[in-house]
Amino acid sequence: MSQKTPLYQSHLKASAKMVDFAGWEMPIHYGSQITEHQIVRTDAGMFDVSHMTVVDVSGVDSSAYLRYLLANDIAKLSTEGKALYSCMLNQSGGIVDDLIVYWLGGADYRVVINSATREKDIGWLNQHVGDFSDLSLKERDDIAMIAVQGPQAIEKTLSLFDQGSRAVIESLGRFFGTTVGDYFVARTGYTGEDGFELLMPNAMAAECWQQLLDAGVKPCGLGARDTLRLEAGMSLYGTDMDETTSPLISGLSWTLAMQDERDFIGKQALLEEKSNGVKQQLVGLLLKDKGVLRNHLKVITDKGEGEITSGSYSPTLSQSIALARIPSGVSGEVEVEVRNKHLKADIVKFPFVRQGEPCVTNGSMSNE
Amino acid sequence: MSNVPSELKFLSSHEWVLIEDDIATVGVSDHAQELLGDLVFVELPDEGDSVSAGDSVGVIESVKAASDTYAPLSGEIVEINSELEDSPERINDDPYGDGWMYKIKMEDADEVDNLLDADSYADSIAEDE
Repeated sequence: MSQKTPLYQSHLKASAKMVDFAGWEMPIHYGSQITEHQIVRTDAGMFDVSHMTVVDVSGVDSSAYLRYLLANDIAKLSTEGKALYSCMLNQSGGIVDDLIVYWLGGADYRVVINSATREKDIGWLNQHVGDFSDLSLKERDDIAMIAVQGPQAIEKTLSLFDQGSRAVIESLGRFFGTTVGDYFVARTGYTGEDGFELLMPNAMAAECWQQLLDAGVKPCGLGARDTLRLEAGMSLYGTDMDETTSPLISGLSWTLAMQDERDFIGKQALLEEKSNGVKQQLVGLLLKDKGVLRNHLKVITDKGEGEITSGSYSPTLSQSIALARIPSGVSGEVEVEVRNKHLKADIVKFPFVRQGEPCVTNGSMSNE
Repeated sequence: MSNVPSELKFLSSHEWVLIEDDIATVGVSDHAQELLGDLVFVELPDEGDSVSAGDSVGVIESVKAASDTYAPLSGEIVEINSELEDSPERINDDPYGDGWMYKIKMEDADEVDNLLDADSYADSIAEDE
């Protein structure tokens, strides 16, 4: 039996094509995925992301618990409302899930995890409560979430709020969240554009959606969300990383805080992987030939084979792009096996696109 | 419901065929373009290629998926719609018109009997809709 978000009827009303996504009936597009993609790059689009799992962590031990559970260090959150992206690892350094944690102030944290991994994650979170005696974990399935993204997202979202709230929201820095009335407003997202993620009680979601529609924000589906995040060089759990891959081979070394004494689950395995020499790397690929790179295609390099983890067409670059896991030390040009043909692709740094602008030109970064 | 013009013949793999004398024009159906979504790449056979009915002769790719296309009839490819190379979205916009893919000079008119008529094709896709 598939689950429906509080916005299910709103999607049908907007002529969404609904698909099953991790047990949820979600909109894949509302007509054209490419149009929706371009709306987010040039104007403002919104995504129903209510299927994602929100867990509030509180209690005196919350901070010690999260510092043990997460590979990034929430001690970095020195300002109330600040958010942190982190992986949650298993003992062998594989990724259980990736998540965002917000420091709500005091001993209160809000963690947003993936929907496809909900059951496993909740189990993992509970399993490690252990000796952290003053700890409360509360899943917030009473909360809906709408991501409003694009260069016009902030302005159009502000129109929903009264003057006092506007001032609070306007002062939100990037990667910060704050409570505004019944909303939790966070300046975060998964598209490479500026914008907000709005969390609210389920009962308010349909009205909020309608107000955003009235403000000129266009509904966008999971299809556009995927091409937007790929252009933005953001990894997708289950595709670019999973329990068998460490952050070191998933392009996520930057999320690891392992310089100091802090122990966290998976740290020992990461240290060993490092001392043995990291064998693989996650790179961006830009296809030079005609065609479209797809997940799981074989990549042929002069140091051995690799595999595309996420491949698609980039509407912004009008070219196919991909993330691929290939042997360490390879750079320059590689070949991708597409239907028994070998197509040429350049290794590039990602993101491919950030804030509407291409970051790659002819295989080299323009913003370095 | 997607559009299934009655004057056309179809393959269950969603190609449409317009027969005019011994020339068959081939494209993909409205239903197929809807299933695939925005098309971003079309690979066509070459002019002069000799094809047999059922041969995989090209690929159409959307943002989300790639799909092989099959020759509905045997014969020689006498013309291709080279506009599709730069504008694959013509298939989305006008699958039975500007979105045509190629023309075959038929070798064996009897093969036309193996194609689905519009009603049969419409029935075959009804359960997807």
